[in-house]
Amino acid sequence: MKRLTLFLGHYGSGKTNLAVNWAMNMAKSGKSVEIADLDIVNPYFRTKDSQKELEAAGVKVIALPFANSSVDLPSIPSEAYALVEDKSRYGVLDIGGDERGAYALGRFSPYIREEDNYDMFYVVNFHRPLTRNAEDAYYCMKEIEVASGLVFTGIVNNSNLGAETTVETITETYGEADKLSKLSGIPIVAVTAEKSIATSDMVPLNLQKRIFD
Amino acid sequence: MAEKVLMKGNEAIAESAIRSGCLHYFGYPITPQTEVAAYMAKRMPKIGGVFLQAESEISAINMVYGVAATGKRVMTSSSSPGISLKQEGISYIAGSDLPAVIVNVQRGGPGLGGIQPSQSDYFQATKGGGHGDYHLIVLTPSSVQEMADLTSLAFDLADKYRMPAMLLADGTMGQMMEPVVLPEPKTCTVDKPWALTGTECKREHNIVNSLYLSPEVLERTNIERFERYKEVEKNETRWEEYMMEDAEYCIVAFGIAARVAKNAIKVLREKGIKTGLIRPITVWPFPSEPIRKAADKVKGFISVELSMGQMIEDVKLAEECKKPVSLCSRSGGMIPDVERIVKSVEEMANGEAK
Repeated sequence: MKRLTLFLGHYGSGKTNLAVNWAMNMAKSGKSVEIADLDIVNPYFRTKDSQKELEAAGVKVIALPFANSSVDLPSIPSEAYALVEDKSRYGVLDIGGDERGAYALGRFSPYIREEDNYDMFYVVNFHRPLTRNAEDAYYCMKEIEVASGLVFTGIVNNSNLGAETTVETITETYGEADKLSKLSGIPIVAVTAEKSIATSDMVPLNLQKRIFD
Repeated sequence: MAEKVLMKGNEAIAESAIRSGCLHYFGYPITPQTEVAAYMAKRMPKIGGVFLQAESEISAINMVYGVAATGKRVMTSSSSPGISLKQEGISYIAGSDLPAVIVNVQRGGPGLGGIQPSQSDYFQATKGGGHGDYHLIVLTPSSVQEMADLTSLAFDLADKYRMPAMLLADGTMGQMMEPVVLPEPKTCTVDKPWALTGTECKREHNIVNSLYLSPEVLERTNIERFERYKEVEKNETRWEEYMMEDAEYCIVAFGIAARVAKNAIKVLREKGIKTGLIRPITVWPFPSEPIRKAADKVKGFISVELSMGQMIEDVKLAEECKKPVSLCSRSGGMIPDVERIVKSVEEMANGEAK
C-alpha cells in the first residue's frame, strides 16, 4: 500500500465515489487514513457528502469549511499541504475532473514525485460521451498527466449507466479497457460496480447518491 | 436503437446542440450551467466549430445576434443572473425576427441569489424579460433525455418560426446524471432567404434590423409577428398528462417539480385521493386548453413550483376561476418534497387550502 492514493479522471467518471470507498476500505483494514477533497471544478457532489460515514469509520476528512455550503469558490484546503508533506500519514486525494481539475495537483506534484510513494489511478467510465473508446480515454488521460505533472500507475474501470447499470453494461467495456491499458502501458487495477451489481471479480462500491425518480 | 450514454444534463444540452448543427456557441461561465460551456470548449475545436468565452454575458448574446443574422444555428447558455444580463440582446434578436437558442439553467434569485436550483425566472422567460412586445418559445425539460430532445426541438422551432427559443431548465436538471439516447445528427432544413450571406452582387442586400422609426411600420411589424405567435400557439403547445383520466385534483408542475409531483401522486392515490398531473413542456405557449378542460372535471388545482408562485397566474388564467387553485412551492434553491406536495393536495381535499 502506497502512502498516497490519488484519484483522477474525466469529469463525472466516479472519482469521488471511488476515493470515498477506497478510504473507507483502508480504514476498515486498520490503517489510519485521511481523505482530502481537492476538487476545484464542481461545487456539488463532494467528498464532504460522505463526511458522516467517513468520520464514523475513523477517516479524517480534509475539505474546505465551505464545501457544500453553496459558496462557489474553487480553492484548496490548507491542511492538504500537511497531508502531502508529512510522510507519516496515509492519504487519499480526490481531484477534480479532467485536466482542469488536475491543475490543482500541480502545486503538490513536486513533493509527490520526490517522495515517490504514491498510486495515481485513472478512473474511466466508457459510457461517458467523451470517453466512449480507448483512444478518447487515452487522450483525456494524457491531458490530465500533463496538467498534474504526475503519471498514472493504474486504471480503474468504473463503467456504468447510473441506475440502469447491468453486469453487461460493465463487461461490454472490457475490450476498450484492455486497449486503453495497451495504449498507455498502464495496468487495469480494478473493475468497480455498485455493490448490488458487482460480481465476484469486481470491487463493490457503496455509492453516494441523491436520486430523483 | 441508438446506444445510451451517461450524461449530465448540461452536457446533454451541449452535445444535442452540436448534433442539431449548432457550430457556434458564445457564453460566459456561471454555476450551475458551466458544463455547457466546458463541453463546448472541448468539442467545438475538434469539429470545426466556434467556442468563444465572451468577456461578459452582454457580449455573448450580441455575438449570438450576429451569427443568427447569418442564418447559422447558434446558441448561448447561462444561469439566472447571466440571463438577466442577456435580456437586451434577446429583445433585439426577437425584434429582428432571428432564430437562436438560449439556455437558462436556473438558480435561486433575485440578485446574485444562490447556486441551488430554482424556477423563479418563469415570469422573465414567459412574459418578455426584455423590453417590447415579443415572446420566446420556452421549453421545460424534466429529465436529462429531455434536455437533449428539447434542445434539438428548440433549434427546429426557432428556425421554423424565425424567433428565439429558450430551454428553461434548473440546477438539478443541469447537474444530474442519467442515461440518455442522443438525437441523430441533423442540419437546418428551413430556407433562410433573409440571412446575411453575402449578395455576390446577384441579389438585393438583406437587412437585419430592429429599428423602426415610423410608428405605423413598427406597429405593423409587431402585428405581423403576433400573427406568427398565434401559429406557434396553435401548433407547438406541448404538455404531458399523467393519471388525469379519473383525477379529482390536478397538479400543474414542470421540470424537476413535475418529477417530485409524480411520486407524490403515487402516495396520494394510495391514500385514496385521486390526483393527476398536467406537465407543461412548453410554458410559452402555455397549455391553457388542457387545463381549461380539466377545470370541468377536477375539484381543484395545485401549482407546484420552485418559486414564490409564478406559473400559478397562468394556471388561474387558464382555468377561468372555475375551481380553486392553491400553491405548493419552495423558493431560494429549495425543492418541494413529496410530503409537502401530498400535504398541499390533502389540504385542498379537506377544504383547508389557502
